[in-house]
Amino acid sequence: MEIIGKLQKQFIDFIKALYHEGFLDDQFLQLKLQDESSPDFVFEVVTLFFEDSEKIINNLAATLQQQVVDFKQVDSHVHQFKGSSSSVGAQRVTNACIAFRNFCEQKNLEGCVQCLQHVKHEYFLVKNKLETLLRLEQQILAAGGTIPVLS
Amino acid sequence: MDFYASSSTEEPHVLAVDDNLVDRKLVERLLKKSSCKVTTAENGLRALEYLGLGADQEHSINGNDSQVNMIITDYCMPGMTGYELLKKIKESSILKDVPVVIMSSENIPTRIDQCLEEGAQMFMLKPLKHSDVKRLRCQLMQCQG
Repeated sequence: MEIIGKLQKQFIDFIKALYHEGFLDDQFLQLKLQDESSPDFVFEVVTLFFEDSEKIINNLAATLQQQVVDFKQVDSHVHQFKGSSSSVGAQRVTNACIAFRNFCEQKNLEGCVQCLQHVKHEYFLVKNKLETLLRLEQQILAAGGTIPVLS
Repeated sequence: MDFYASSSTEEPHVLAVDDNLVDRKLVERLLKKSSCKVTTAENGLRALEYLGLGADQEHSINGNDSQVNMIITDYCMPGMTGYELLKKIKESSILKDVPVVIMSSENIPTRIDQCLEEGAQMFMLKPLKHSDVKRLRCQLMQCQG
């Protein structure tokens, strides 16, 4: 039982830090609420988010490398990314996307290229955090414990 | 004529339209949790096809065989926006009374007004929360009550 307690505390501390550092916002909490009746929901949505995001990042890189950059196309991809990151509560990614859209509007290529790097950076950071979180959940369940519910 | 009769034991059938994969998954889950039967479509054209309003389909009197009780659609979609989809639905004699809800991540008053004026039941801000869908569900029940 002691190990479950330790893992649960680790989980709570970790997730609190993620909120505190702005990686996750209330929307993630909303997702977790849906988890209560079907524990794989967060895992499913987060996995979809990862797959979708990596596609978008590749599309963005390709679009920005063209001879004549279609900023409307770039903006469209960023809009998608902003939407999905917002829906999972990946706040820092969403904010990076907002800044990115401004550069698209200004048709500022250098700004856009820098923003892509920034968005990628934030995305891989939150991906790492979420994977750690999901792993912790698995460990708690494997040890026979229940995942703490946050309010 | 009551196409959308649904007793309290039946689950309302909602058509959810959104080009974003993650959002589609989320709205589907939120609706299912609120005891709705859900069909999703990834764009306006697919939605119209499902509703029997596709370009190649005959607009028969027996349309809405799928018995959709509500349509919830994203505003910003490639090809056909949610607003354009709303208009097409309202133009249809069979489907004009089906409540249509528009969702958007952007809080633009003129956009909201435009949709409400065109007959949208509600405008909701994304990302959707459980409480949003609960509220929607209550409204839907009142519509049919």
